[in-house]
Amino acid sequence: MAQSNPVEGLSYEQAFEELETIVNRLESNQLSLEDAMKLFERGHVLAQHCTRLLEQAELKIRQLTPADDAELENEG
Amino acid sequence: MRPLPLFRPTSLSVTEVNRYLRQLLESDPILQDLWVQGELSNFSRPTSGHIYFTLKDSLAALRVVMWRSTAQTLRIALRDGMAVEVHGKISMYETGGQLQLYADEIRPAGEGQLYQEFLRLKARLEAEGLFDQARKRPIPGMPHRIGIVTSPTAAALQDILNTLRRRYPLAEVVLSPTPVQGDEAVPGVIAALERLNRLAKPDVILLARGGGSLEDLWAFNDEGVARAIAASQAPVITGIGHEIDFTIADFAADLRAPTPTAAAELATPDRQDLLSALLEKTNQLQRYYQVLLTTQRWQLNNQTGSLQRYSPTSQVNNYRQQLDESLRRSERALIQTFELNQTRLRGLQTRLISLSPQSILNRGYAMVLRQDDKSLVRSTRQVQVNDDLSVQLSDGVVDVKVTLNHPGAINGTV
Repeated sequence: MAQSNPVEGLSYEQAFEELETIVNRLESNQLSLEDAMKLFERGHVLAQHCTRLLEQAELKIRQLTPADDAELENEG
Repeated sequence: MRPLPLFRPTSLSVTEVNRYLRQLLESDPILQDLWVQGELSNFSRPTSGHIYFTLKDSLAALRVVMWRSTAQTLRIALRDGMAVEVHGKISMYETGGQLQLYADEIRPAGEGQLYQEFLRLKARLEAEGLFDQARKRPIPGMPHRIGIVTSPTAAALQDILNTLRRRYPLAEVVLSPTPVQGDEAVPGVIAALERLNRLAKPDVILLARGGGSLEDLWAFNDEGVARAIAASQAPVITGIGHEIDFTIADFAADLRAPTPTAAAELATPDRQDLLSALLEKTNQLQRYYQVLLTTQRWQLNNQTGSLQRYSPTSQVNNYRQQLDESLRRSERALIQTFELNQTRLRGLQTRLISLSPQSILNRGYAMVLRQDDKSLVRSTRQVQVNDDLSVQLSDGVVDVKVTLNHPGAINGTV
């Protein structure tokens, strides 16, 4: 059955991948009505989430500095 | 070409000689495709736009012409004294009787040498399998983290960031800065690639540098850089120089883009395409859901139909009808019985009437009773002479006295 992860936490890639899976499953046409309805609702929420991400996203940029090396060495 | 007659020497016009020379030169494959190196002198570029100069070395000189259309594409500024290599074909300027090199490409001397080195390195790495298609890693369709190796001050970086903002702002960009020209470029690029892979683990790396001279781009023809690209964990897309520039790095990369902007485009899906894909998925979702609903509804209708066929209600209706029929039949039977009995009753009544004493009397018979005890007289032995009798006739009674008694006689036979 559809994963019940909250959609808000999903990245675009994850959400779109799940949406594709849902569409494929609906396409296979071998679902109970109840399952199909759940999938459909989940798919809709995913699609909305994806659209929102695409429309609101802002490119995040960071630059590696020598401190990054030091940090990793400390962690390691 | 018209062959010169061998055995009949004859004088030729200058035009004929020059034309013959031109045809001779132009039929030689070496002279039609060659590089000539020398020092540039007597450079001139009249308003026509064509370029004229003399290429010379310590012992000889050669006239060079470059037509305007080709001259416009030159990437270096020519001046007297430059050491250059000129590519073109040798032919004859018939009008002036001059042998000329018609140039289609000019490069600084030494570039040829570099190019040879480039070719040798390329052949060696190619033979080693460093450029094999099988080595190329697939470029992810939707990279989450995009690494960039370039100079933080370069226009190339801004081109890339603008492209990423426009197409795929979902991505997270990690810049691994390095000089991209000069002595620091080669070790810088190698280190930047390694650090990026180690510290950021990007899904794809863009290795970029804007356009420049061959010398400017030379770091990207370095063997160490090529090996660092091949060793990268994340797939590398190169966007180095302009469309026409091919570097060793380009061959070693998993994907070569003609420019930094193009590299950013190849690395990412376009937001508009993603929105279209989303819309398409949403439509599909809706469509399949509708199909499912329709199918389910149809099946439901079917089942309901079956259910109704087998339902108790219809059984009851059946029974009710059967009962009705039985009732009707028994009613009919009852009526028939009744009518039959009535008919029989009437028959009996008729017969009864015909058998009544009155009807016997009506036929002329009479009934004889004794007057004293009113008993019915059936035999002569019951009466004696002078007995008083009553004779009942059809319409009344007559009293009589017995005058004679004849036992055994029958009326009419006396």
